[in-house]
Amino acid sequence: MSDPKIEGYVFKPGFKGMAQDTGSDQTMFKGVHWGKAMMWIFLLSDTFIFSCFLISYMKGRGSTLVEWPNPSEVFALDAFGVPVPLLLIAIMTFVLITSSGTMALAVKYGYEKNRKMCGWLILATAIGGLTFVGMQAFEWSKLIHEGVRPWENPFGAKQFGSFFFMITGFHGTHVSIGVIFLFIYAYKTFAGHYDERKRGWFTTMKGDYVEIEILGLYWHFVDLVWVFIFAFFYLW
Amino acid sequence: MSEDFKDNKTIQAQSSETISGGGSGVSPDIDHVRPAEVEEQDLYHGHSFITKWIFCQDAKVIGVQYFLLATFTGIIGLILSWLMRLQLGFPGAASFMTAEHYYQFVTMHGMIMVVYFLTALFLGGFGNYLIPLMVGARDMVFPYLNMVSFWMFFIAVGVLLASFFVPGGPTGAGWTLYPPQTILEGTPGSGMGILLMCLSLILFVAGFTMGGLNYLITVLQARTRGMTLMRMPLTVWGIFTATVLAMLAFPALLVGALMMSLDKILGTSFFMPTILKAGEVLEYGGGSPILFQHLFWFFGHPEVYIVALPAFGIISDLISVHSRKNIFGYRMMVWAIVGIGGLSFFVWAHHMYVSGMNPWFGFFFATTTLIIAVPTAMKVYNWILTLWRGNIRMNTVMLWCLGFIVTFVNGGITGIFLGNVTVDVPLSDTYFVIAHFHMVMGIAPLMVIMGAVYHWFPLVAGRFLDEKLGKWHFWATFLGAYSIYFPMHYLGFIGVPRRYFEMYDSPYVASATGMNEFISLAAFLVGAAQFILIFNIIKTLKTGKPAGSNPWKACSLEWLTPTVPPEHGNWGDRLPVVHRWAYDYSVPGAKEDFITQTTPPSEVVNTGVEKT
Ligand code: HEM
Ligand SMILES: [Cu+2]
Repeated sequence: MSDPKIEGYVFKPGFKGMAQDTGSDQTMFKGVHWGKAMMWIFLLSDTFIFSCFLISYMKGRGSTLVEWPNPSEVFALDAFGVPVPLLLIAIMTFVLITSSGTMALAVKYGYEKNRKMCGWLILATAIGGLTFVGMQAFEWSKLIHEGVRPWENPFGAKQFGSFFFMITGFHGTHVSIGVIFLFIYAYKTFAGHYDERKRGWFTTMKGDYVEIEILGLYWHFVDLVWVFIFAFFYLW
Repeated sequence: MSEDFKDNKTIQAQSSETISGGGSGVSPDIDHVRPAEVEEQDLYHGHSFITKWIFCQDAKVIGVQYFLLATFTGIIGLILSWLMRLQLGFPGAASFMTAEHYYQFVTMHGMIMVVYFLTALFLGGFGNYLIPLMVGARDMVFPYLNMVSFWMFFIAVGVLLASFFVPGGPTGAGWTLYPPQTILEGTPGSGMGILLMCLSLILFVAGFTMGGLNYLITVLQARTRGMTLMRMPLTVWGIFTATVLAMLAFPALLVGALMMSLDKILGTSFFMPTILKAGEVLEYGGGSPILFQHLFWFFGHPEVYIVALPAFGIISDLISVHSRKNIFGYRMMVWAIVGIGGLSFFVWAHHMYVSGMNPWFGFFFATTTLIIAVPTAMKVYNWILTLWRGNIRMNTVMLWCLGFIVTFVNGGITGIFLGNVTVDVPLSDTYFVIAHFHMVMGIAPLMVIMGAVYHWFPLVAGRFLDEKLGKWHFWATFLGAYSIYFPMHYLGFIGVPRRYFEMYDSPYVASATGMNEFISLAAFLVGAAQFILIFNIIKTLKTGKPAGSNPWKACSLEWLTPTVPPEHGNWGDRLPVVHRWAYDYSVPGAKEDFITQTTPPSEVVNTGVEKT
């Protein structure tokens, strides 16, 4: 990444540069959009939320006396009569990670002011997210069908159901919120709000393609969190 | 929409020469400040009553809104404390006071005071009002989000107070909400009460996050030209660091509250062990109550510094202005604030010594706890050294400052007692703890709030508060608070437990009765004395002595706005340019005993502090 151009400010490389930026006036992160800085800090806070969830999960799993169910069995899916472990989850993860790719491309085309391409890619991302949520709903209903509930679990410790539904539910809510925003942003992109710098409906701030990058940060974060949830629930 | 922005001014970046007009024959070069990096913020100017005063996006109005709502909630907390004291001092005096009610009042009092009063008031109230003014911004960076933040807080307070009116009443589990008893039958408010409490906390955290993002980005990315981090007043440093703590600590509370609600609504067993009730095993089982304690105190301990750090920052500024001296060891103060903030994440289990833990674990947390005392003591020394040989103005503000130092040191010392496991175990859950945290985070921050109100009222309202009333208010509060909490140390030593509705026939009764009555009388007095302030505000709002601009002769930016009180956008059509820190008081060789932050070096040559 090249440094932004700032009148009267000479960037320095490496650690010295960091110290100089920190000691300078006006901004700490030179040339970084306010909204983008905000999203990073929000995500840091959100990281703490998910960390609390996952640490609680470890503690809960560690302190229950009843045996924890075997993930390769509970999460297996019957394909042509053969139970394949982690099949659904592999597809879900693949879809979500792919949607991160389309999101990154959307950001790139946004900055190139390629309105059409950008809009389609956002839409593709939204559909990827929607597919993910749909598959998650399918997995939930399958588990519920088999008798797993937040308060009970025929396969072992009841905390399994509690933590599973709570944490994937919380993550799924994040994805759903992301999907809603993706649809809105797709609309705004196609309608040219970012090209015309039209003001936001509520915030009254001037629109800018940087908003897509900000949403992208959120989306990548949600994907990253999924990788952890995946590891903790399905591989442990 | 665009007609709302007609009166928006677009300002070209100006070099400081044109602004300061150069100095007395000195090369204007020494006044040079880098041009603006970011274009001017475009602000939404409300026109109707609703957009100007209710759903307002101006951080100053939002700050006042936060202030008023937090004060209102605080008064409810105060009334609850009166009722508790009535019961403790004169058992049976109020016939409606049952044990259940007592527990509910203890709980609501604690939660209200800590979260909805002090946190909201320092960060939402002072943060909103002062941050943009002190760093030279036109407003918070996301005014709309900021407005939503206040209204979320409003709803959170509404939900909290609604719990007084639901069947079963508010939760009576103690403000620490420890499971399993919190959600088990037999605890008052174990149904709707606890659910509303959890919901209210979740809303509070969500609303706070919106505000907190604003405070952080405004400080990091929206300072005016010349305003480096190390030129910011300590008030901003305190609020900034407290906000960082809040952003990282509230998640634990949110998760705890969510899991608790699920245990209640869905019957999950996150925190619920196997429980025998009247010989029968309950549905719950296999969960860990200690997990909640960890989550709660991972939030709870930083929370006390979320309250304390803004207080530290504000008091530093007040002491410096009113003793006409620069704050002693500014950089040390900044690093102390940051260091305390960082350390506060590694001490939480000192609240859990009696919950049972591995001795090494207790040893670790006792060590970290005692280490925090080092930067804290540095700050106290620096306040005293700032006062040392200063040109002290003995006004109301200064009285509050001195009161703060005394009460804070007092509470800090008892904290060192409690930080040691062996000392804490017998003292935990006694009145000694009550005395400790009320001194350190009840009364001390309250003193700061009062000092800050007397100090900044002339800026917000354009008039001084009445000094005479102020002094009455101070002495009644200071002496009264000491009468309440000093004897409580003794009660703790003789073993009087906290959160007890009545002492029944325990051996404490005889020796403690007189003292309890005395404490209660003092509590009524202190509470009543706070209404002096409200009376003072109402009285002086219209008829007080006009303050004019910069009445305290302060250096920091908030006093240098073109109009007093500042208007929306703060700075008229030209942003201030900063050349120095906020503490150039009594500089030898200078014409006056203060040099404002915007004074360019060329105007103060020969003083030795051209640039600071
Ligand atoms: C006139 C002022 C005040 C009086 C008379 C007062 C009195 C009391 C009393 C009697 C208790 C209950 C003791 C027990 O039985 O456990 C208590 C608890 C508490 N107070 Fe205050 N208080 C005052 C101000 C404050 C302030 C400003 C704060 C803000 C930090 C505060 C925070 C707390 C907390 C956190 C608890 C613990 C609640 C619990 O253990 O559940 N108080 N107070
Ligand atoms: Cu603590």
